[in-house]
Amino acid sequence: MSATLATRGLGDKLTGLFWRKPNLLLMLLLMPPLIWLGLVYLGSLAALLVQSFYSIDEFSGVVVPEFTLRTYGELFRAQNMDIILRTLMMSASVTIGCAVLAFPIAYFAARYARGPWKAAFYLGVMLPLWSSYLVKIYAWKLILAKEGIIGWAAGATGTTPILEAVLSIPGIGGNSLSTSFLGTWMVFVYVWLPYMILPMQASLERVPQSMLEASADLGASRAQTFRTVVLPLALPGVIAGSIFTFSLTMGDYIIPQIVGTSARFIGLAVYQLQGTAGNIPLAAAFAVVPIVIMVIYLMLAKRAGAFDAL
Amino acid sequence: MHSDRAGWGLKIAAFGGLLFLHLPILLIFLYAFTTEQRTYQFPPPGLTTQWFGVAWNREDIWPPMVLSLQVAAISTVLAMILGTLVAGAMARTRFFGREQISLLIILPIALPGVITGMSLRSAFAIMEIPFSVWTIVLGHATFCIVIVYNNAVARMRRLSGGIMEASADLGANTFQSFRYVLLPNLGSALLAGGMLAFALSFDEVIVTTFTAGQQSTLPIWMLNELVRPRQRPVTNVVAIVVFVVTFVPILLAYYLTRGGSETAGAGK
Amino acid sequence: MTAAVEFSNVTRHFGAVRAVDGVDFTIAEGSFFAMLGPSGSGKTTCLRLISGFEKPTGGRIRIFGEDVSEVPPHLRNVNTVFQDYALFPHMNVADNVAYGLMVKGMARAKRMRRAEEMLALVKLDGYGGRKPAQLSGGQRQRVALARALVNEPRVLLLDEPLGALDLKLREAMQDELKALQQRLGITFVFVTHDQHEALSMADQLAVFNEGQIAQIGTPEDIYARPATRFVADFVGSSNVLPPEVTHALGGPLAWASLRPEAMHLHTSEGARLMGEVNSLRYLGGATRVSLRLMAAEGGAEVSVLVPAGQTLPLVGSTVGLGFDQTALHVMERA
Repeated sequence: MSATLATRGLGDKLTGLFWRKPNLLLMLLLMPPLIWLGLVYLGSLAALLVQSFYSIDEFSGVVVPEFTLRTYGELFRAQNMDIILRTLMMSASVTIGCAVLAFPIAYFAARYARGPWKAAFYLGVMLPLWSSYLVKIYAWKLILAKEGIIGWAAGATGTTPILEAVLSIPGIGGNSLSTSFLGTWMVFVYVWLPYMILPMQASLERVPQSMLEASADLGASRAQTFRTVVLPLALPGVIAGSIFTFSLTMGDYIIPQIVGTSARFIGLAVYQLQGTAGNIPLAAAFAVVPIVIMVIYLMLAKRAGAFDAL
Repeated sequence: MHSDRAGWGLKIAAFGGLLFLHLPILLIFLYAFTTEQRTYQFPPPGLTTQWFGVAWNREDIWPPMVLSLQVAAISTVLAMILGTLVAGAMARTRFFGREQISLLIILPIALPGVITGMSLRSAFAIMEIPFSVWTIVLGHATFCIVIVYNNAVARMRRLSGGIMEASADLGANTFQSFRYVLLPNLGSALLAGGMLAFALSFDEVIVTTFTAGQQSTLPIWMLNELVRPRQRPVTNVVAIVVFVVTFVPILLAYYLTRGGSETAGAGK
Repeated sequence: MTAAVEFSNVTRHFGAVRAVDGVDFTIAEGSFFAMLGPSGSGKTTCLRLISGFEKPTGGRIRIFGEDVSEVPPHLRNVNTVFQDYALFPHMNVADNVAYGLMVKGMARAKRMRRAEEMLALVKLDGYGGRKPAQLSGGQRQRVALARALVNEPRVLLLDEPLGALDLKLREAMQDELKALQQRLGITFVFVTHDQHEALSMADQLAVFNEGQIAQIGTPEDIYARPATRFVADFVGSSNVLPPEVTHALGGPLAWASLRPEAMHLHTSEGARLMGEVNSLRYLGGATRVSLRLMAAEGGAEVSVLVPAGQTLPLVGSTVGLGFDQTALHVMERA
């Protein structure tokens, strides 16, 4: 019997080849996905950038394929700056809303839920996260409609005046919840809430029970423990979650189209500019804005150590 | 001494939060049975099952339904192939450019969908590519790759690193190791990834509006109904269909990967 | 007789790290060869060079005289028992054991029969239907052994196979492995960081340090005549004496080793050698007494093994020290 075995066919020959040249197999594996992502995705992003440096001929409405910064200059017009600022305000307030609502759920699931309750909480957060986006928005159109369940509940409990008072607040109110800023905000918070809960729970689960006990042993009250131990340790999770809520809100154009005032957000502006207005260069320039904001946001988040909680 | 029980305030907030996540979806079911078709009146003035029949006979629902299933099926297959290949490469030892590649895979879901959509739209405009099923698939497969990839990588992390070496040590060539060791261990995670990818693609609307042109997928049909409602309960029936078609694969994916962390987090 | 495994000036570098740095050795056919060394000393890399999971940066490896530079792992007639066993979690025990035969295309009935024989060899008959997860650590270890032996390899590589087992089980397995090796007559290459394990099982022993072989020889050789300070220190916690101390003890001016059990204590009066007791460590069968030699002898620290039953000195007291002059081993290299 020999020290080595005979090659039995093509499979063995190729295996030998892969063994002698380990990078060959790696390249063969990576080639198709890299060609796809590189060509389709990075190529498209490049196309977006290229388009954003083109401009549109104001008279004929035809795209002029020449390099110019004029399209970016248009972003600084008052009406366009309004859109960008409004979007940022909405993203920030949605992120805060999500963080506040998510915390008790994440905290309870991480610290107190055990066994089947743990699984129930996990499924209870995961299913809404994955289930149909449009169906969720549609559900809120039903809820927020003037004749819908909130109006009915207000009437049944005699709180209609409170609802009307809220709706009459300038800036966030409106004719009904479904045509108010407040309504848009509520739907955003609802739709992106699970994206905040999961990373928050993950980072809270990393707070060892012993650390909480140590804090209690040292004489900290429950509130002190919470403020000085739990919150700082949960912060990376909050930041990780906020990456999702911020980015998703900033890029969304479906929700403000269905629920809310007619005021535009970045996503809606991009959609309308490339569609009905046919101004692809300006749409592209608008789409670059969230990229820039997210890059800055991610750099800040990275410094805060948020990526370990993803 | 602090008791290790949750306070009532926390309990109410936590369970209230969970209810808040689930109750709205139940309303979709209720409104599919209402007799009122012009407003969203609550409580419904009467209940009927007629809308399911009406929806079945509406001819404008079937073509979008078929298109959505087509797109989701093709995108899922593509994403499973490409995602598995990347995962296979990433499972090996460190190599140059590894970090960059993982960033590239995550990018399509890390950036807002409107950017992916607008990018593809720009590329189609520059290259004068006409809209078709394939332009939609191009977008969907791109962001589905990461779903399959995440699932596969999470499973690989749990597997003992030595089993592929053990297989080679015992005389199996690369293809036998793949067939007899890697695939059986990775299979359910890949399947789960595929199901999530299918659910995601079937439901996707943001990127699709940029890549579909005049075509209508089921979510686009729904979006039009939301902006300009006609028979509102029929929309509810379709919403239920969309919900179920996405919900079932998600639940299956959960059961396929129980005990792991594959389906959690950085998904959609 | 050709050597089972032969390394000629083999190196393996990982970037700037020289994991294996110019190693030469031969492993005789049918021997039990142990590679001993601290973690990161290159012993596991050497094992992986034999199995083919690492390729040498330089040098030549021969298995039964055949240069294996171009032979991938799956075509080498060498099998491995992995440190974490690496059993296939989706297969039952019998399928795990029969895996090597399956990929070679042996019919199912035949390979199942062989698997059952191998399981009997490692005393696990009847466990074929279980999944690896249902087995204890020791049982998994036996399955890994049976799985590696089913291919009838000419060389069996064992990568710290007993590391995960508790002490009692480990000792039982040591005896069993040794017996198995003698019965099958195949070459075993055994990697370990446990010097007792290496000394008790091996016919030949290579002590690794920083990518190189510090010494190679029989266990008796290495224990009694360590070539370097590192070997003396790593194998059996010997007293390593600096040149001036060796000289004071009547040897040449060179590094030497002196086994603790070759020394004895007596009263300090009239003693040639004296020391102050630093600490006592009770070891069960004996007590290890650490003492500091008096300044005249260079002030080195040595330990002495005092068998159970003898009176022990007090910490801080001064005692006389005697030793067997023939046990003073002068080392070839520092």
